[in-house]
Amino acid sequence: MARNNDMRWFPGFSVTTLLCLFLLYAPLIIVAVYSFNDSKSITNWGGFSLRWYADVFWGVEAPRFRAAAINSFIIAISAAITSTIIATMAATAMLRAGRFRGKTFSFALINLPLMVPEIVTAVASLIFFSAIGFTTGILTILIAHIVFCIPFAYLPIAARMQGIDDLYEQAAMDLYATRLQTFRLILLPLMAPGIISGFLLAFIISLDDFIITNFVKGAGIETLPTAIFGSVKQGIKPNIMAISTLLLAVSVVFVTLSWLVGRIGQKQQQTATNGGE
Amino acid sequence: MVAGIENNNSSNTSTYAGLGSLLILPTWLVIGFFLVLPVLMMLVYSFLTKEFRGGVIWEFSLAAYDQFFFDRGLFGDEPPKIEWTYIIIFWRSIWLAAVATFLCLLVGFPTAWFIATRSGPNKSLWLFLITIPYWVNLLIRTISMKFLIRDTGPLNEWLLAAGVIPEPIHMINTNFAVQLGLFYSYLPFMVLPIYAAVERYNFAYSEAAADLYAGRWATLRKIILPIVKPGIIAGCILVFVPSLGAFLAPDLLGGAKNFMIGSLIEEQFKGNAGNWPFGAAAAMILLSMVLIVLTFYARQQMKQGKR
Amino acid sequence: MKRSRIIGMSALALMLAAGVAHAEGKLSIYHWFEYMPQELLDKFAKEYDVEVTMDTFDSNEALLASLKAGKMGSYDVAIPGDYMVEIMTGEGMLDTFEPSELSNFGNIAPQWVDVPFDRGRKHSIPYQWGSTSFAVNRDVYKGDINTLAIIFEPPEALRGKINVLDSQGEVLALASMYLGIPQCTSDRNQLRALNDLLQNAKPHWASFGSDIAKDVLVSGDAAAGMIWNGFAAKAREEGANIEYAFPKEGFVVWMDNVVLLKDAPNRDNALKFMNFLLEPENVAAVTNYAQYTAGVTGVEPYLEAAVTDAPELNPPADQKGEFIQACPQEVQTVYDKIWTDLKK
Repeated sequence: MARNNDMRWFPGFSVTTLLCLFLLYAPLIIVAVYSFNDSKSITNWGGFSLRWYADVFWGVEAPRFRAAAINSFIIAISAAITSTIIATMAATAMLRAGRFRGKTFSFALINLPLMVPEIVTAVASLIFFSAIGFTTGILTILIAHIVFCIPFAYLPIAARMQGIDDLYEQAAMDLYATRLQTFRLILLPLMAPGIISGFLLAFIISLDDFIITNFVKGAGIETLPTAIFGSVKQGIKPNIMAISTLLLAVSVVFVTLSWLVGRIGQKQQQTATNGGE
Repeated sequence: MVAGIENNNSSNTSTYAGLGSLLILPTWLVIGFFLVLPVLMMLVYSFLTKEFRGGVIWEFSLAAYDQFFFDRGLFGDEPPKIEWTYIIIFWRSIWLAAVATFLCLLVGFPTAWFIATRSGPNKSLWLFLITIPYWVNLLIRTISMKFLIRDTGPLNEWLLAAGVIPEPIHMINTNFAVQLGLFYSYLPFMVLPIYAAVERYNFAYSEAAADLYAGRWATLRKIILPIVKPGIIAGCILVFVPSLGAFLAPDLLGGAKNFMIGSLIEEQFKGNAGNWPFGAAAAMILLSMVLIVLTFYARQQMKQGKR
Repeated sequence: MKRSRIIGMSALALMLAAGVAHAEGKLSIYHWFEYMPQELLDKFAKEYDVEVTMDTFDSNEALLASLKAGKMGSYDVAIPGDYMVEIMTGEGMLDTFEPSELSNFGNIAPQWVDVPFDRGRKHSIPYQWGSTSFAVNRDVYKGDINTLAIIFEPPEALRGKINVLDSQGEVLALASMYLGIPQCTSDRNQLRALNDLLQNAKPHWASFGSDIAKDVLVSGDAAAGMIWNGFAAKAREEGANIEYAFPKEGFVVWMDNVVLLKDAPNRDNALKFMNFLLEPENVAAVTNYAQYTAGVTGVEPYLEAAVTDAPELNPPADQKGEFIQACPQEVQTVYDKIWTDLKK
């Protein structure tokens, strides 16, 4: 590709990109800024303060938010671990096990949770759980989350596995390694970046879910998004902005982590491919 | 991020040949039992009878679909006419989702193009900046938008203070606010697949076109767009499908009055109505519409593949 | 495989831990939103060593729908309004108790013991009572507000700036009062008129919402809004320049009650909680927070002056409120149809 960039350049595209980023970030940044507002009225600026963060942790509503946060994290961690294991197995089946019956169908099945609108999944899950008389509360949320986390965990894992030449596995098997050993000693370490990205994305997706959780949650169970939604209805108060900013920060940290892991993975992959040639 | 595109490059490796069925089993069980089965159950429920004060009776009935499509007057004894209200809600949802998709495309395509034509680490950083909002809680993003555009929100306050407008612009609880919310919610969904497609585009085509004295825009229309079309379609679907079933935007930004399909369904399960069969029927109709769109997409993909 | 087995086992352990937290000493409450102060729940939890969880609903009809849809058996107590107590009794959703099971039963104010919706209080105890009408932002509209026309045939200045409670019973009852027709009328012409009134009013309404009713007035998103008296008082205290109306056509009076639900998983704790709420000091805390009026005698010493003197709680002597009636099935079916047509 020549360095002559003329044909890549279109008038207005860079401005549009800046506009796009501005649109995406402005509301978030404004909320983050106002969460440090000392004033009780949310729109008038009353100086910098951390009082609303203190309110989130020690205020009247703190026990409710704490319980919701604990639920959210338990569900997100469990759902992410379970869906990552399932997705890793599925990726191995789809990419390393040759042909088997129902392979094309399996591919559609893995991606099904992405195709069905969230509100439909929510309704279907609610009807299903109530029809079989399953109202355990937190467990219903967890099961629903595992389902829709699978494709999100699958994407980076499969993408990573696709990039790994099976030469190494073949070599290991030639040296009389069992398939289990090959998996554990060769494939798993090579796939680690993909698995970690998959886990982190599943974690974030679970942590963020509102619609499905709102439908399937049992009596007295809240997650952070449902607790926030409940409070927001009664007005966007500064403590809601503070807790939103905190959740925002968690998302940013996890995406950054996933991004960094992905980059390390890419570098490794490049070295591995170069070495293999 | 383009889901659903199978890459067959390395799928013929078979280190674990014969274990495929076993390894895929958990996926089958979990998704089959907790998604496919529930959807089938929902189909069954849409044909059940609503009990007078909420709850369902296990008796076959077409009442839910009848309520959806036919109007029998206030007392239920007039000859059936076509019921427009739900069709209008669906039509409004389709319209809002379509406009949101169009707006996302309008902003998303240049952005994706711009990022894909950056070089090295810069590209990675731009991409990262677009990805972050993608993963930020949708609820929080919708709340931010609500806060920003309300009559006494920062946007109006600043515009008033700057003397740009004489009185606050009323945006909250209007179709415009819902539209803005949808556009804002799903914009990153448009950028990423288009970016992936432009990434793979070979710029030698553009240069060849330039050599043949094609203008910039002619090249875009005649060469680039047809080639990156799969990415554009994928992006449109990723925006259109969730917009169609959106609940948060109409609820928080539309004042729960500018009903969309999502709010209509939610009302049947969480609101005053308590009409599960009707809610299941509406969800079923929504799902059928989405499946039609996806089938169209799959056929498009297959045509692309054959070429 | 060792590592993934460890991961698998820890996942299982987490799932179990999540499911197991079912111990003794629990209480599950289904309550109106923003009504019960958290401090009071904490006090009960501490005093009786009970783990308390609370879910909220935002209308009597939503409470009924949710319980009918499979949530029976998950909650111990709920807080329905008067007519809903009657409906729930008819649906067989309430458990009974003897006055002797509540040592504070005698604290109930005499006029609230033998109420039409629960004769002799076999299923419920009084909680708080108040009224429903609407409040208007006086910066926006300065005319006479003591008429329901403000909501149903609004003056120019308020059109498109009105929030209406997402509550079937209250909206239809107030609309009936405005038309001067009886509640639960089975007269077809009157029902048609009711439907027409609401359909014509709807374009003037900005939003439907109960949980947002206070916030829209405080934030200025709405200039007038149907609202409960205590909620209006709270909006006023939070800085909204609003006045609560006692319309001449009438307004809704209601009483919320604590009911003992059938199949309550923790019946004993539910009764302890009900008894706890008959203690003047405790129920006064609810009054001070939510700004309604308690149905228990002896609360006066614990009440804050701001609450007892609030104009929202002191209707003019010549104005009268009406309780919402539970309609018979054939009328309720038409009501449901009117409501669905209105909401969509």
